[in-house]
Amino acid sequence: MSDNELLSVWEVFMQQKNGGPQQHVGNVHAADAELALQNARDVYARRGGNGSIWVVPSKEIYASGSDDEAPFFDPSDDKIYRHPNFYRVPKAIKNL
Amino acid sequence: MDELTRNSEFDTRIAEGIKIEPKDWMPEKYRKQLTRMMSQHAHSEVVGMLPEGNWITRAPNLRRKMALLAKVQDEAGHGLYIYSAAETLGTSRQELVDQLLTGKAKYSSIFNYPTLTWADIGIVGWLVDGAAIVNQTMLAKCSYGPYSRAMLRICAEENFHKKQGYEIICTLMKGTKEQQKMAQDALNRFWWATLMMFGPHDSNSPNSADLFKWKVKKKSNDELRQHFVNITVAQAHTIGLEIPDPDLKYNSETRNWEFGEINWDEFYAVIKGHGPCNKERLQARNDAHDNGAWVREASIAYAKKKQGKNLERFLNVG
Repeated sequence: MSDNELLSVWEVFMQQKNGGPQQHVGNVHAADAELALQNARDVYARRGGNGSIWVVPSKEIYASGSDDEAPFFDPSDDKIYRHPNFYRVPKAIKNL
Repeated sequence: MDELTRNSEFDTRIAEGIKIEPKDWMPEKYRKQLTRMMSQHAHSEVVGMLPEGNWITRAPNLRRKMALLAKVQDEAGHGLYIYSAAETLGTSRQELVDQLLTGKAKYSSIFNYPTLTWADIGIVGWLVDGAAIVNQTMLAKCSYGPYSRAMLRICAEENFHKKQGYEIICTLMKGTKEQQKMAQDALNRFWWATLMMFGPHDSNSPNSADLFKWKVKKKSNDELRQHFVNITVAQAHTIGLEIPDPDLKYNSETRNWEFGEINWDEFYAVIKGHGPCNKERLQARNDAHDNGAWVREASIAYAKKKQGKNLERFLNVG
């Protein structure tokens, strides 16, 4: 195997419990999606699987970076009126 | 943003207990130290399969064989978790593995000792994994997110390793005189080497200051070693084993088991490559890598054949 022909990296997402979301658990190296899925099973689900596993080529993931995180999340940072505790109602009211 | 501001912002994040993630800015020294530490840790998991793998075909019964196979497979998995985490710091897995195969990178000195009898497998599970759990429980709180998450996953899996090892020793201690002697002999040979796993004395640990400052480590080598001795002595005494240390005594004020001085000459000799099995371990890893080359080649050939040219773009990702 020549040095420039490496196995590619796949990020692994698992559904940890039934009904839960797919969560990132790590990555595996594999030549294709099918082998990546088998490797992911062997590496991240040795004690049994619950829901499904996704594998995604690492280079296809486009992520926000921390350096620009402050401005990136700015638009939602100052909108406290999106949270219920922003609103004032009489204390005696129940089940609102 | 200039270097000084970035550094001080980084220090503030560490002080506030905010985890550092791969895309965050970090000082080069932090990146370098963590890469060193994490790759050594990953190599240790991988080389750690060898002394135990030695006994898979000779396990005394099917139950022991299944447990040992599962444990060794776990160690392979643990190596992969940590390689994955280490790669996020920017060094490719191939480069990290090459550093191991060429002898440039270190791994835990304990795996350069041979497993001579079946009792050694019990002792390795109980003591070596026990010591690793003490260390990894601390590292699960470390400031680098991917490392911390890998440690959480490993700690959750490793308790069975320790317990199956202790069960092996308990069984031997309930057996014949010869079996009891075999267990004691294994403890005698592994006790001091296990204490060395925690590294040099704090006064002699060159990397510790930075690792503390960055909250990679939260307890010192000596603190971790003391904790390990404290929890292990009773486990040995309960089943009739003697700790091979004439200086071992309980201090009722500090509530510590005080122990004798470690043979540091031996520690440094093993680290420098002069342990009983250093050459054999490195050779075994190189053979495994070379003998596995056809699998990697075949998987790439198969993937290419199946997906044709579309795959080309995936293959060159480190």
